[in-house]
Amino acid sequence: MFPTPVQKAAPWVRHAYTIILPIALILWLLPLIGVAITSVRPSADLAAGNYFGIPSRFAGIDNYTAVFRDSPIGWYILNSFKVTIPTVIGAVGLACLSGFALAVYKFRANLLIFFLFVAGNFIPFQILMVPVRDMTLRAGLYDSISGLVLFHIAFQTGFCTLFMRNFITSLPFALIESARVEGVSEWRIFRYIVLPLMRPAIAALSVLVFTFIWNDYFWATVLVQGQHAMPVTAGLYSLNGQWIAAWHLVSAGSIVAAMPPVLMFFLMQKHFIAGLTLGATKG
Amino acid sequence: MPALSSAQIKILSKVAAMSSTVSATSGFWKRNQQRLAPWLFLAPGMIMFSIYVIIPIFQSIWISFYDWDGLGPKTWIGLGNYVELLDDEAFYTSLKNNILWLVLYLLAVPAGLAVALFLNQTVTGIRLYKSLFFFPFVISQVVVGLIFTWFYAPDFGLLSALIKTLTGQSIAILADERYVTLGIIAAGLWPQIAYCMILYLTGLNNINPEQVEAARMDGARGWSLLWNIILPQLGPATFIAIVVTVIGALRSFDLVSIMTDGGPYGSSRVLSFYMYEQALSEYGYRMGYGAAIAVVLFMIMMVFITLFIVRMLMRERHA
Repeated sequence: MFPTPVQKAAPWVRHAYTIILPIALILWLLPLIGVAITSVRPSADLAAGNYFGIPSRFAGIDNYTAVFRDSPIGWYILNSFKVTIPTVIGAVGLACLSGFALAVYKFRANLLIFFLFVAGNFIPFQILMVPVRDMTLRAGLYDSISGLVLFHIAFQTGFCTLFMRNFITSLPFALIESARVEGVSEWRIFRYIVLPLMRPAIAALSVLVFTFIWNDYFWATVLVQGQHAMPVTAGLYSLNGQWIAAWHLVSAGSIVAAMPPVLMFFLMQKHFIAGLTLGATKG
Repeated sequence: MPALSSAQIKILSKVAAMSSTVSATSGFWKRNQQRLAPWLFLAPGMIMFSIYVIIPIFQSIWISFYDWDGLGPKTWIGLGNYVELLDDEAFYTSLKNNILWLVLYLLAVPAGLAVALFLNQTVTGIRLYKSLFFFPFVISQVVVGLIFTWFYAPDFGLLSALIKTLTGQSIAILADERYVTLGIIAAGLWPQIAYCMILYLTGLNNINPEQVEAARMDGARGWSLLWNIILPQLGPATFIAIVVTVIGALRSFDLVSIMTDGGPYGSSRVLSFYMYEQALSEYGYRMGYGAAIAVVLFMIMMVFITLFIVRMLMRERHA
């Protein structure tokens, strides 16, 4: 193990480590802690210049109620779910199929198509912006949830296919071969043999895509204009414009908007990290 | 090739039994199944990906040769947009900022390694520490931007207050042309370091312990152990960390839009933001000009994408 475990080090190193660890964490999360405290500060504190001290009273309930009551943030969050969940299902579903095709069959265009998916994944969004916006407008899907969902599904398919293809490649190929010898159709091989083995990959990808899409801001501003379809990232930005200097509300709103992916991360941590670090060990 | 487990063999025989009941498939399909199946599996994903990703790239390049407001007729102006770019102050500011982003953002890689080395211990609660250190990456960039705007705010921002007590000067980071881009990059580094950290933690977890022990026997310590034994084994993690950081740096849009909206006086613009501003701003829609900026950004990114693909291709050949 590297570095040397502190248990093997001199006692003072061990003590120093246990002291430094929490301090480092607090410093690292200082901006976040500041915002969390501001979100429970009464507005009177801000007016009186008490920005950093202990809040004069706990106003968390007031602030968070105010955010939900006086702003459409609840609606924005609902929109975010309406965009995120179908995208996760669509992109992961399509990637199961295309990842299977690229991992199991040997045909001439295989690598070419695979690298097309990989490369498409890394391009700057701006090169797609004008045509995608124009196409969405002409299809009558501009400013709608489905317009956003369709684009997200298509774009995420690139990353998801890369992920699925690499995962299926690591499965025992003998399983597929012996099924073929038995005369099992290709679709059944996919449906009943490979798909059940893909569960961990599906879980990891779903959590990742959920976070990516929830946190998307660029496409939410390009493909959506009005409140009715706006996800929470873009919604928070427009609220920030209305809540000038009401930092207790901005803070509470930020925390509300950040909550779903954070919960997702802590509940599904193992899958999340497995997905994110794919390739970090053997690549 | 790994041997099949008994559970897998059980699934296999079950599926085979189901299949033998349906045998009335046509001869053509039977003969060509192996050849057609991959295309049928690929079709839905490929159609979606082509419509929304592959074709629009070429459309953007095409549009960049036109003068177009997004609604009216397009006018062909050849390289006109690119010629105009050569004389555009704002374009150079954005390009310069993009290079700054690229260089400084890469600090996330060594910083992430440092944090990972710091946390790669087995004391009580370390798992929770690792998750909490990773935390900033899960939060949306919009929220990160708002958090740092507050952190930097003059008068009541935590950082400004610290600077004031230390130096006696008050600096409005986001309103000062000298510091604004650095301030935004620092905000971006926060989640990016967390990302690199998690890549390295996984890498460190998979290091061959025998090699490390053998090197220790030979008297390798500290830096030389890290440099000669550990880092080479972390190669894949480093590669991915660099790839995602480069992409992140060139994609930087959210933070600029949230924290400064390109200001003050356009000094914190980056290409991605400038493109958006030109194509969809209140000053009028210049789709052709915006597309030209996007093409430049795309070309820069293509250099990195090509390097990445070449490396992957080499690995595929080896496998």
